[in-house]
Amino acid sequence: MTFLATSIRNAAPLVARRAALKQAPVALSAIAQKRWNSNSVEMTVRDALNQALEEELSADEKVFLLGEEVAQYNGAYKVTRGLLDKFGPKRVIDTPITEAGFAGLATGAALSGLKPICEFMTFNFAMQAIDHIVNSAAKTHYMSGGTVKCPIVFRGPNGAAAGVAAQHSQCFAAWYGSVPGLKVVSPWNSEDAKGLLKAAIRDPNPVVVLENELQYGLSFPMSEEAQSSDFVIPIGKAKVEREGKDITVVSHSRSVGFCMEAAEQLAKDGISVEVVNLRSIRPLDVDTIVKSVKKTNRIITVEGGWASYGVGSEIAAQIMESDAFDYLDAPLTRVAGADVPTPYAANLEGYAFPDTPIITKVIRDTLDKKIGA
Amino acid sequence: MLRSTASRLLANVRVAPKAFAPARAFSTTAPSFFASATDASEKVKITLPESSFEVYNLEKPSLELEFSKEEMVDMYTKMVTMRRMEMAADALYKAKQIRGFCHLCTGQEAVSVGMESAINSADQIITAYRCHGFTYVRGGSIKSIIGELLGRECGISKGKGGSMHMFSKAFYGGNGIVGAQVPLGAGIAFTQKYLDIPAVTFSLYGDGASNQGQVFEAYNMAKLWDLPCVFVCENNKYGMGTSAARSSASTQYYTRAGYIPGIQVNGMDVFAVHQACKFAKEWTTSGKGPLVMELNTYRYGGHSMSDPGTTYRTREEIQHMRSTSDPITGLKQHLLDNSVASEAELKAIDKEARKIVDEAVKEAQASPEPDLKEFWTDIYQPGSEPQMVRGREPGESHWY
Repeated sequence: MTFLATSIRNAAPLVARRAALKQAPVALSAIAQKRWNSNSVEMTVRDALNQALEEELSADEKVFLLGEEVAQYNGAYKVTRGLLDKFGPKRVIDTPITEAGFAGLATGAALSGLKPICEFMTFNFAMQAIDHIVNSAAKTHYMSGGTVKCPIVFRGPNGAAAGVAAQHSQCFAAWYGSVPGLKVVSPWNSEDAKGLLKAAIRDPNPVVVLENELQYGLSFPMSEEAQSSDFVIPIGKAKVEREGKDITVVSHSRSVGFCMEAAEQLAKDGISVEVVNLRSIRPLDVDTIVKSVKKTNRIITVEGGWASYGVGSEIAAQIMESDAFDYLDAPLTRVAGADVPTPYAANLEGYAFPDTPIITKVIRDTLDKKIGA
Repeated sequence: MLRSTASRLLANVRVAPKAFAPARAFSTTAPSFFASATDASEKVKITLPESSFEVYNLEKPSLELEFSKEEMVDMYTKMVTMRRMEMAADALYKAKQIRGFCHLCTGQEAVSVGMESAINSADQIITAYRCHGFTYVRGGSIKSIIGELLGRECGISKGKGGSMHMFSKAFYGGNGIVGAQVPLGAGIAFTQKYLDIPAVTFSLYGDGASNQGQVFEAYNMAKLWDLPCVFVCENNKYGMGTSAARSSASTQYYTRAGYIPGIQVNGMDVFAVHQACKFAKEWTTSGKGPLVMELNTYRYGGHSMSDPGTTYRTREEIQHMRSTSDPITGLKQHLLDNSVASEAELKAIDKEARKIVDEAVKEAQASPEPDLKEFWTDIYQPGSEPQMVRGREPGESHWY
């Protein structure tokens, strides 16, 4: 739960990721690599989020941040580090541990003209406040015939962390993704984190930003463009993180990283994997998925949340309802969190969530026609 | 306390010896029967009964107050119009022209009218689903309210909200989730403080909602941060069919925040409500933090239209409240006793209210149902919509 515990937990994957990143530029041409090196910087997801918050707090006096431990403690996961010092207690506000109350208060502030950023220490705790996210924030604009507006951001870490057992390891993408009136984004890397959070703060509608605790400490390149205070990523657009021609892998959040690793490994065997990073859960960029399927004729989905009624299920349904269906050479498979409350023990937890080997296996199975043959 | 309010009120009223002239012109919805502006602005002194207020950790507000005749007639006009409007809603519901839920405020008119008379448009109100009266006093037209109930284009929410979701300027509805409006109200007060607006938010809830956890969460933050929020428990004695005593370990709702001072008010007396709200506005806007206010009132009808309202209380109890504590009868007696208006003039106001409501109903009924294009609007703000919103099947989807 604490930052200290988090940073220790993140130490190993951080090293692994950096190692993986070192390999990434190999695919680039020498010239491109030179340009990339000269203009990019490495930044952790945590710092990218912090930069987004700082820039948007600076840009608009009506933006304020509230949540548990966001101010004096500098954030339970240090995402809000330094913001109290820079913006003061009027705009960076520690709340009591009362999610329903402060989510409701933040929503009321949004209805009356401010632009709150409501941080949940984790989205697991936001279940105490989900009524305000769904009933108070998402629906009021419609119920009022457009007279009342609700520009608010609900953000915090979502999905499984490591070793925190069932109550602290749940993905809510499918929950919020099903609600009209909400927008939902789910960043994977540092550029996603900064660009999507800034877009969420500027959006005039309620937006849920589903971050991932295990990503906070990971470093990714930030392009020159992404370092700018003008940088935003449009909500509702997926990104093809890696082009390929044999199979499409659609994912979001932390799982995108495993998909990229799987694609890298399979490339050595001559398998060309296209990785689509959804970035937005709602609206879902069906066009990009359909376009990719028409090219590769195969698709799997990968997510940390449960499969039942999940993001992958929605993508499967969208494929069925689109002309992409006619292009499929194999059935879609969902790689997802196992249908089990997350266990604590490390070996059991290992079976609960997608990782690189399982993604690699399902890609091979799909290509080998072991599935649906 | 409620039962003898009307009679005790009357004994304490006296007319101000001298008129104040010239006065500012009050706009009123009443027919203009005052002979002159001087007459209309003539002040009437009211002394409230001792029993009007009970307090918790604060000094009682003054029992002396003063209204111009025009203000008093305005209150009366609003109360009878509101009641007439709710009676029209009752009839329309029974005629199956209103769908779903419909919660009437008949008997509780002094709450919204008294509150509105004490505040201005910088002050904000939010309440639960029993919201027709507040929508009206905050400027919503009768046509737009009835139109909303009928689900018509002229409805105040374009026919998309219905009985429980009406909003107007400085009024945030209209919330159908019991208790959820309370922290929302604290948030509106937060905005006032954040923007240095010297105004107050009244966040209303019923005796039923008073036990919701988030009410106490809102109390806590409001006190921590000294928000200009008045938490108003509109105690009409029953949360649906559960009496206050059967739902609440303490029915002294004005004391239940503990660390926030409170005031209990005779909510059947529009003057007492006015005085309490004025006091609350002064309290909260002078930096003293929030306040809890309990307005004791009574609903004559059932919880909603589907509730006859007689299985958990006796017909005698309802009749007794109507005959001894009716807020309109109480105010009417003031007007007569102080020679503000004659019986005939008040009858004329009643008649006019009926006419206004009847006409509004006709106009609302003549309004078409909302255009189908409105089905797709207001989900997201214009210009920020997704490319497409799905209909019942892909073919019905709407592209922006």
